[in-house]
Amino acid sequence: MTPRVRVTVLVVGLLVLAALPLAGFSIPGLFEGALGGPGTLNLLALCFVFGALALTYDLVFGYVGLLSFGHALYFATGVYVTAIAVTRWHWSLPAALLLTAVVSLVLPLILGAVCLRMRDIPFAMVTLAFAQAGSILVAQNPFGLTGGEEGLALGGDTLPSFLIGVANTRNLYWIALALLVVLYLIAWRAVNSPPGRVWQAIRENERRVAVLGLNPYLFKLGAFVLSAFLASACGVVYLLLQGGANPEVTTSGFTLALLVMVVLGGVGTLWGAVLGGVVYEYLDFRLVALSNTAAVQALPGLLRVPLSEPLFLLGVLFIVLVLFVPGGLGGALRRRLPA
Amino acid sequence: VTTIALLLITGLGLGALYFLIAAGLSLIWGLMRVLNFAHGAFFTVAAYAGWSASGLVGGSSPEVQWLVAVAVAIVVGGAFAALTEVVLIRPLYARHVGQVLVTVGLALATISLVQGGFGSDPKRLGLPAWMTGTTTIVGANIPNTRLLVIAFALAVFALLIFFLRRTRFGLIVRAGVENRAMVQALGIDVQRAFTLVFAIGGMAAGLAGILAGTYYGTIDPGRGTSMLIFAFIVVIIGGLGSVTGSAVAAIVVGVLQQFLNFYGAAGVGDFSVVLLLAIVLLVRPGGFSGAST
Repeated sequence: MTPRVRVTVLVVGLLVLAALPLAGFSIPGLFEGALGGPGTLNLLALCFVFGALALTYDLVFGYVGLLSFGHALYFATGVYVTAIAVTRWHWSLPAALLLTAVVSLVLPLILGAVCLRMRDIPFAMVTLAFAQAGSILVAQNPFGLTGGEEGLALGGDTLPSFLIGVANTRNLYWIALALLVVLYLIAWRAVNSPPGRVWQAIRENERRVAVLGLNPYLFKLGAFVLSAFLASACGVVYLLLQGGANPEVTTSGFTLALLVMVVLGGVGTLWGAVLGGVVYEYLDFRLVALSNTAAVQALPGLLRVPLSEPLFLLGVLFIVLVLFVPGGLGGALRRRLPA
Repeated sequence: VTTIALLLITGLGLGALYFLIAAGLSLIWGLMRVLNFAHGAFFTVAAYAGWSASGLVGGSSPEVQWLVAVAVAIVVGGAFAALTEVVLIRPLYARHVGQVLVTVGLALATISLVQGGFGSDPKRLGLPAWMTGTTTIVGANIPNTRLLVIAFALAVFALLIFFLRRTRFGLIVRAGVENRAMVQALGIDVQRAFTLVFAIGGMAAGLAGILAGTYYGTIDPGRGTSMLIFAFIVVIIGGLGSVTGSAVAAIVVGVLQQFLNFYGAAGVGDFSVVLLLAIVLLVRPGGFSGAST
């Protein structure tokens, strides 16, 4: 495909997605209920958010080669700071968003400055440890702010009405779609900018970058903060979609799921990461539905139990991909459709 | 004094569990540069295998049931780990990130399978009567399970040190940790050593799984993962690849965690362990033992 055809296909695809809430028909098997109904729109919106989140993770992991195990922390920052400001302190949404933006710039700046003193696996371990600290903090419910294990329902009188209620799911759907498009454009711009080239050079050979007179530390910190900030933006949209904060997003398991998404889609390609995030979230949701169908429930225990566990199926799929399809879904597709 | 003694020994018990997990992780990392996320899966699967086995011999005395559980957990942990190395790690020797990713996938898949098969509710592990009792040490009533766990960890530590210092395979492992390329160049089959350290690590993790069940009285699918994170911290603080370093770090982390969780608010201890890791890494990136990574 020539670049021009590709852009046309993309724009048409986006228009179709944007018009989806107006569709009345349904696609049986793929989605339950009408395509424009709130259930399907909510699922698709979640897929977009996870596609965008996988994209932000791919920025550090795929483009700079930083194996961070703490990305969930920054997503959770977006979720929890906004939720606390709106629900507990009754701030208006713009004020809460401003606070979230400040926190999600300062936090990764400080933690990134510490973590990036390590490299490779030790770096991965320190990020994991900091994320774990964040997870413990949320679970302990300090000053009754986070709601502990119960989570925190997004409430309060200050939320604009067009964001609340099942009838307004289509607004949230459009917000999620816009998030994905904007983040993709930012990420695309970033990796094709001069600093983006340096990131990829660091991934290939960090010492050589240093010898050439550039400071890899600053470039890595820049990528780390950018990626964390964008992840927080995903967290805010996720919060609006779910209508509440859930401590699950702070756990190390959540970061591992992100890793699975990026590897599933293809490390180091933007659209591959998006694809991975979308497919993962879709499978995770649909496999739960599948396990509750009568056909699966009727199977003998030896077959029923593995099929009822989405994480088991995703884990096995992940192992198979790592072993046999190193480029992920994106790499496999690219071999089929040479550019 | 009684409180301090109780906290100290409980902390040592916790540290003993961390050590059993961390020792294998540390050896595997030192020899193969694999960050093994599946270690928590070895722990969990072995614990459930032991629990099931003790159910199968339900008619016999509690002591026999418990011993059967321990033996089965060790064997299953070792076998599962060796199998993992041969089937999943071996094809990826040239790809380090791929190895980490495969262990991540295995951990996710196995733990959710256990959860699906046995349910997420904790299972009670039957214990002999004397284990549920307490022993009085300097006025404090110490649960016997704590002492038992510590004794087991000491025995494993002694066995590991003996294996590493006094046997031919131990020599190969130690040399491999120092310089793997040189060992290979000398014509020694390092692959066998790889499978062996995985099996040893899996056996220790399996023992930790069933002992954690003894320590807490129950087993559940999530404990392996949460203990694995602290074991990672222990491995890093102790210095990657060093068994003795892991032992020292496990004691420090376990005791610190117990004391601060008791005297501070709940969770403060867990929090300060992470802080300790950050400080150690900033001051000595190689950990206590100072092995360069």
